[in-house]
Amino acid sequence: MSTEAGAPTPAQPAVVLTEIGKTFSGRGRSVEALTDIDLTVAAGEFVSLIGPSGCGKSTLLRVIADLLPPTSGTVLVNGKTARQARLGREYGFAFQQAGLLDWRTVLANVELPLELHGMDRAERRRRALELLDMVGLADFAKQRPPQLSGGMQQRVAIARALAEQPALLLMDEPFGALDEMTRERMQDELVRIAAETSAAVVFVTHSIPEAAYLSDRVVVMSQRPGRIAQIVRVGLRQRADGTSRTGADIREAPEFFAAITQVREALRGRDGMPQTGSDDDQISIAKRAL
Amino acid sequence: MLRRAVVSLAPPIIFGVAVILLWQLFVTARHIKSFVLPAPSAIWTAFRTDHSRILTAAEHTGLNALVGLVVGTLLAVLVAAFAARLKIADAMVTPLIAALAAMPIVALAPLLNDMYSSTSTLPRRIVVAISAFVPVFMNVLRGLKRLSPVHAELMASYAASGTAVLRTIRIPGALPYFFTGLRIAASLSVIAAVVTEYFGGLQDGLGSRITSAVSATNYPGAWASVLGAVLLGLLFYVVAVVTERLAMSRRVDASQ
Repeated sequence: MSTEAGAPTPAQPAVVLTEIGKTFSGRGRSVEALTDIDLTVAAGEFVSLIGPSGCGKSTLLRVIADLLPPTSGTVLVNGKTARQARLGREYGFAFQQAGLLDWRTVLANVELPLELHGMDRAERRRRALELLDMVGLADFAKQRPPQLSGGMQQRVAIARALAEQPALLLMDEPFGALDEMTRERMQDELVRIAAETSAAVVFVTHSIPEAAYLSDRVVVMSQRPGRIAQIVRVGLRQRADGTSRTGADIREAPEFFAAITQVREALRGRDGMPQTGSDDDQISIAKRAL
Repeated sequence: MLRRAVVSLAPPIIFGVAVILLWQLFVTARHIKSFVLPAPSAIWTAFRTDHSRILTAAEHTGLNALVGLVVGTLLAVLVAAFAARLKIADAMVTPLIAALAAMPIVALAPLLNDMYSSTSTLPRRIVVAISAFVPVFMNVLRGLKRLSPVHAELMASYAASGTAVLRTIRIPGALPYFFTGLRIAASLSVIAAVVTEYFGGLQDGLGSRITSAVSATNYPGAWASVLGAVLLGLLFYVVAVVTERLAMSRRVDASQ
């Protein structure tokens, strides 16, 4: 269950967050979305962020991606500043909505980042086909996104996020809109893909079983302001003998249910009281005001 | 495909023919005078006897409409791209053009006629170009400005430049809006080209034929030229729709 197990570890951690704080301010009021976040994600590690709505987990993901600047603290991605990492395209981002371009073929959608990066046509075609093959959609290369189901669109988005072989994959509830069956299949595929590419993953989710299934570590956040309440080590995918397991092997194992209970209790907080009373609205108002 | 065409075309055709038949019946049964309302048969006769002259007139009017439409559309796309890229240009230009949209642009025709020689087609083409400019500009700008939050974040995560966003997302995304504007502009351009001819200047188009036929109390002749104008307007509209279909045929509608 050690976090350092798994892919051959380069010395460089994928993400280092030091004393991150984020305050949204606008229209004369400010909302503290994140405070005092310290977190290190090792190379190849799978870390989930979980917490009640409005705990700032999506905000934290965007701070790592340099899509939002932190108010305080420092972000290092692969040893570089968040901005350098974004400009150097060091990470892939998969959003809650697939966000595909409807007028492009599935293939051209996966090619988008490579095209923007100036890779030549033949090369990026080859790479995109390889990626579509990895997510099991090679037969759909010539289709357009509206012809695909939600799950397939999300797989295209994941292929697109992996296009530049990032060492870090940032995912913001990518399976949130999928039905339970599709969701479990996507989780299995994500686990396989993450292992194949040995990318570190920071995964935002609402789902306790999803976090328990996927993660080496689950970062449990509390809200108002968002802070790390507890970090639960899970790592159900590695067996003691070093082989890995997936699917029903995990989902029906007693350790899986134990992990779920552990995360659930961490979410409830130390005093055993459920954390309710969301200040979501305030945060979204402040965000909009910006 | 053919069957769908028949199904969608049959009802308007049947209705149209019925209206014309009723019109004919009404005029002959009630002995309506031709200066009040000529019978469709009389209009048709006038159209057939005059068809070569109506055709020539339609060519002149059609050319004015076409030149104005093309110039207005090109300008509209350019200015809209500029406004979408530069906030200050948007702030300066867009409210004025919105105001222009509320103005009856053909009202400019007599003024422009006075500025140029009476044999110039230029004032007409200017009026057409302004008429076509407005809907294309408004629609293209709206299309170019639309950038969903997820696409904005996606492109930011790629560190893509504003020009790259314009090329890969905004322009393709604005294409349906462009064609909506073009369809409106195509109809407007023929209306503007015909109506500007009512205010003097060259006497070579459909609008001039209509005014001169009316002043000579040749009402079936005037209606025949109106019919020519209707056909010209339809032609422009259909060409715009066909262009749209061809350009968009590779896209898939999300509703399918």
